[in-house]
Amino acid sequence: MSDVTPGGDQGSALTPPEGAATFEVVEVKKGMFGVQGSGDTSGYGGLVTPVAMPAASPRPYGSWFDQVVDVLAEVLADGARVGGPTYDQAVEKVVVDLHGADTPDARQVELTLHVAREHLVAVCQALRDDQDLRFELSLGVSGVHYPHDAGKELHAVYHLTSVTHSRRLRLEVAAPDEDPHIPSTTSVYPANDWHERETFDFFGIVFDGHPALTRIEMPDDWVGHPQRKDYPLGGIPVEYKGATVPPPDTRRSY
Amino acid sequence: MSAPTTAPHATRAAGNEDMSSTVRAFEAYGDGDWDDIAREAIGEERIVVNMGPQHPSTHGVLRLMLEIDGETVTEARAGIGYLHTGIEKNMEFRTWTQGTTFCTRMDYVAPLFQEAAYCLAVEKLLGITDDVPERASVIRVLMMELNRIASHLVCVGTGGNEMGATTVMTIGFTAREEILRLFEAVTGLRMNHAYIRPGGVAVDTPEGFTTQAREALKKVRGYLKQLGDLMLANPIFKARLTDVGVLNLSGCMALAITGPVLRSTGLPYDVRKDNPYCGYETYDFDVPTSKGADCYDRVVLRIEECYQSLKIIEQALERLDRTEGEPVMVADKKIAWPAQLAVGGDGQGNSLEHIKKIMGTSMEALIHHFKLVTEGFRVPVGQAWQTVEHPRGELGVHVVSDGGTRPYRAHFRDPSFNNLQATSVMCEGGQVADVVVAVASLDPVLGGVDR
Repeated sequence: MSDVTPGGDQGSALTPPEGAATFEVVEVKKGMFGVQGSGDTSGYGGLVTPVAMPAASPRPYGSWFDQVVDVLAEVLADGARVGGPTYDQAVEKVVVDLHGADTPDARQVELTLHVAREHLVAVCQALRDDQDLRFELSLGVSGVHYPHDAGKELHAVYHLTSVTHSRRLRLEVAAPDEDPHIPSTTSVYPANDWHERETFDFFGIVFDGHPALTRIEMPDDWVGHPQRKDYPLGGIPVEYKGATVPPPDTRRSY
Repeated sequence: MSAPTTAPHATRAAGNEDMSSTVRAFEAYGDGDWDDIAREAIGEERIVVNMGPQHPSTHGVLRLMLEIDGETVTEARAGIGYLHTGIEKNMEFRTWTQGTTFCTRMDYVAPLFQEAAYCLAVEKLLGITDDVPERASVIRVLMMELNRIASHLVCVGTGGNEMGATTVMTIGFTAREEILRLFEAVTGLRMNHAYIRPGGVAVDTPEGFTTQAREALKKVRGYLKQLGDLMLANPIFKARLTDVGVLNLSGCMALAITGPVLRSTGLPYDVRKDNPYCGYETYDFDVPTSKGADCYDRVVLRIEECYQSLKIIEQALERLDRTEGEPVMVADKKIAWPAQLAVGGDGQGNSLEHIKKIMGTSMEALIHHFKLVTEGFRVPVGQAWQTVEHPRGELGVHVVSDGGTRPYRAHFRDPSFNNLQATSVMCEGGQVADVVVAVASLDPVLGGVDR
């Protein structure tokens, strides 16, 4: 990044940082303070920063990760004979986050499986039911909005725990903004009921097959999904009993 | 059912004239048993009672929608969202360090657990999990275990109060007061501490703290014994709680219920043992379980957990004495908060020595201080998940960074939020009075539920 000059050649700056093979650019930020269209008084206007998420990890993953992925592939292969998805169809990539550890056996290392949304329920079922996987506890769903990740703007992240084997695993599913549908996992993990409602409420991800997908935190008639990146923090006029209450920053001051 | 009166009154005059047609009235005649006559007049009536959101026994602003048949609850649903303040969204607009001031306000009865879980998650992203000094981890453990006792005391105390046992509440809160005084001595505040920071803790414990803590804990132990004596063998208490709000192991697993409710089914699942953090694997303590899976067993477990916490605290205090004077923040000056807090003539603030140094001798140190405090540190791109054993169950934090100085996303999996899903399973088929007991045994804190 050292060769970037203010307002200089931005094309060359798009090359991902060191260890390019292990990162995937999802967004490119320009400047330091997000101000556009004014004279560059800060000197940071030409700064181009690619936001690169960790990309697929190569085999072997280390620790128990290989074993779990292998068993999942086996279980899915069995299911594929009766119409289920194969491992290659269901799992798009496997990411191992080392979080600064030297070895994958360290406690802070995490495993993420990126799953194709149409095969999510089959993967969850396999992860929960097979005795060598047994991720019986689902600790909920959280959404993330990546507005610059074209075609995969909305992510739902599932946090699974195996009490039996004392393991933790993350599933990540992506859906485009135009078609924000992800199948509901409540048939496998009933606990995800409220968590999916929350993610729908805040991100607008529609969980198909959910028993009662309604807003849970925001009022039922609320417009918009507050945790999305295009939704402002505050500044929303609120209608209350027929009157419209303007946002605090536009109210008349005395 | 009395017949509607025809005399004009305020609300009638204020509404439309035709209101009498929308108010249902019943007339009952005949002789015999009143129940039979009433049933004949009313027919199959669905009665839905809204309990809350402003009800003293709902631990804040929980709304329970109960469909009742006489005294029996046939359907129970929980309505939440009355305390939603958008803390997670706000965190995306503040630096990583300022995040602790937000998440501490989620579950305000157990604020230090949110702080600890959030900081552990941020430390994972920073890759400094192994660099946090031992003394900082010991203080974190100590504060969390003190907070666990305080939280359980509120649960047992308010639970008792809701059943009419006011003494349980007064003893519980008196004991909690001792712990809040300790919090005040260490963090300066009784709640909303923002004490645990990414990389360590904000400030070292004050002089003479371990002595003060040992004195206070002696009293807490006494109060815990009083509470146990008052409740656990009390026939009225047992009659109200035994076999009420039963939820078995498979129910708990399906609904992802953790904490004392799960352990009351006999499964010794505790994150402190299963996936230790802050060095919990080096402390000697037990995970109490029982088999009853009812509200009574959950009270027994909570009191027993308080004793186990006292055991951990004693070990932590010994380690505090041993590590006296060691650092409480990571050594990396690009992450560590530049100043240690100190009490001055005008209250708590940056230590005077630090101010002297940056204002008088080192321009670089001043710039560094300014940049770190206003802009904050950058966190590498990625996502992390960290769980801790919260008094109410497993608290999870999911943080995502885009490489900037603010969280790209911070999500809290609050145990109260998840556990409230069990309301219908635990209440349906029971009496209305049992709803209060069952909800109290889940111990929801609505600040955490709604965030």
